[in-house]
Amino acid sequence: MPQVNGIALVVFVLLFGFITWLGFAAARWRRGDLDQLHEWGLGGRRFGTVVTWFLVGGDIYTAYTFIAVPALAFGAGAVAFFAVPYTILIYPLLFLIFPRLWNVCHKHGYITAADFVRGRFGNRWLALAVTITGIIATLPYIALQLLGIQVVVGALGVTGTGIAADLPLIIAFAVLAAFTYSSGLRAPASIAIVKDTLIYIATFAIVIVVPIKLGGFGKIFAAVPAQKLLLAVPGAHTTGAYGSYATLALGSALALFLYPHSMTAILSASSGKAIRRNAAILPGYSFMLGLLAMVGLFVIAAGIADMPDYAWGFKTFKNNFAVPALILHLFPSWFVGVAFAAIAIGALVPAAIMSIAIANLYTRNIHREFINRNPTNKQESQMAKTVSLIAKLGALIFIIFVPTKYAIQLQLLGGIWIIQTLPAVLLGAYTRWFNDWALLVGWAVGTLAGTAMAYASNLATTYTIAFAGYSFPGYSALYTVVLNLLLVIVLTPVFNALGGGRKPIDETVPADYAA
Amino acid sequence: MPAENGAPSKRSRWSWWYLLFVVQFLVILWPPFYNKAEPTLLGIPFFYWFQLLWVLVSAVFTAVVYLMTRKSQ
Repeated sequence: MPQVNGIALVVFVLLFGFITWLGFAAARWRRGDLDQLHEWGLGGRRFGTVVTWFLVGGDIYTAYTFIAVPALAFGAGAVAFFAVPYTILIYPLLFLIFPRLWNVCHKHGYITAADFVRGRFGNRWLALAVTITGIIATLPYIALQLLGIQVVVGALGVTGTGIAADLPLIIAFAVLAAFTYSSGLRAPASIAIVKDTLIYIATFAIVIVVPIKLGGFGKIFAAVPAQKLLLAVPGAHTTGAYGSYATLALGSALALFLYPHSMTAILSASSGKAIRRNAAILPGYSFMLGLLAMVGLFVIAAGIADMPDYAWGFKTFKNNFAVPALILHLFPSWFVGVAFAAIAIGALVPAAIMSIAIANLYTRNIHREFINRNPTNKQESQMAKTVSLIAKLGALIFIIFVPTKYAIQLQLLGGIWIIQTLPAVLLGAYTRWFNDWALLVGWAVGTLAGTAMAYASNLATTYTIAFAGYSFPGYSALYTVVLNLLLVIVLTPVFNALGGGRKPIDETVPADYAA
Repeated sequence: MPAENGAPSKRSRWSWWYLLFVVQFLVILWPPFYNKAEPTLLGIPFFYWFQLLWVLVSAVFTAVVYLMTRKSQ
């Protein structure tokens, strides 16, 4: 069993206390009427370029990312670096598509992707499909954020049995739930600024100090086994590891901004211009993520996995313990406290935004659409606050009672599911050509095919398509969204003909998409 | 893809600068191009430092596109 690291724990608790205060104080920041859903759930759409940078950065580069990407590099090597092309590819998409979406959402008061789809295609069932997909894909993601907290709390040496083992997590959850409830999106926005500052400091310190202690990058990379250092060169008749690498990057990039929490953070920007500027400055986070992926290889070189001190952590948290172990091994206690606090706080920011995004979806696209069509502003924001609590409670129960591997597998499936909303949401920002029922059929078939592929490949991320003697291993999300889109294109004229040219009303006009 | 009623929206103008995004995509989605250890930089294999460098290059490309298309938006 590990020893409690006293100094690290004190620093950790102090920083955590500070952001708790900040989360509550945030309610008064750029003050708005929190009884209105767009104030509580989108921060009043008032965040400029800089705050948006911190908010989107804190939102999409989550604590889980910072733990899982180096863990994958530690376990599997070069393939983990797909996170770098992935985060390169997201910014052209952000630049081209999201200012348009922001404009139309601002114009019509939409606060979720499903709001937009409802208005654009006039089909409540299609909007419901987008809503449910968003909620189900996000829930396991919140659970994984709590896992990030679990790993660092364990690494601090705070352990126990029974309910005591989960107490730190329950406290963190209570803090998170309370400030999200009272401050809405303003809480994660203000905390993100602190959290990202800590993450940047910790990452650069690790990337500079560790190579010095281990004798330079040359020595580190020489210690990495050859099969982990580079991607395996594909044999004849297959696209091999290259195909997996490129499709994972592209598929993940296409899926990212369809997640409700990405949409929430982007829609809270104050203008399309703030979004375009962010496409140029957000890669700062990608660079940091790339450095952290390399840190996974540092752990191999440091030979930490074989040290008895850390056997407990690796046994409990598997490869996710790689980075915490490296930090514990090579850094003074006060720095351990700062770095671990950065990871734990880094879990709260996306978890808060995700629960707000789920709350917005439920309130707008299920409750208002199907249960109470004319809520007052106050009822609507009260409903959202309550749902945000339920979403987090669900995630907490999940991570305490369900084995971690299921949360990871569900998050993987979530990526396959959420990408199926791409034709309606992202392409819908450009065209109304698609038939709404064709979109719904494409979504259903893509979702089923993706789930089937995931199970056929034993819940691995990639599925191998065999065709004419060639094999193409690749990310099932990408394969199935192509299938989805082809189906939508084929079925659109068919359904239009069946419907006798009758088309639901598009409440948006082309001018709504321009600044 | 045709817009509603077959009339393309006149508001979103095409700019040749967007081709920088295509360059960005093609290079990074072609792993054979960078899946090698040599040349190293400060002891870091090409595979790693090239992709990190490409993050910065892409950011510069995006900034260029932003500045060059700002007027027409």
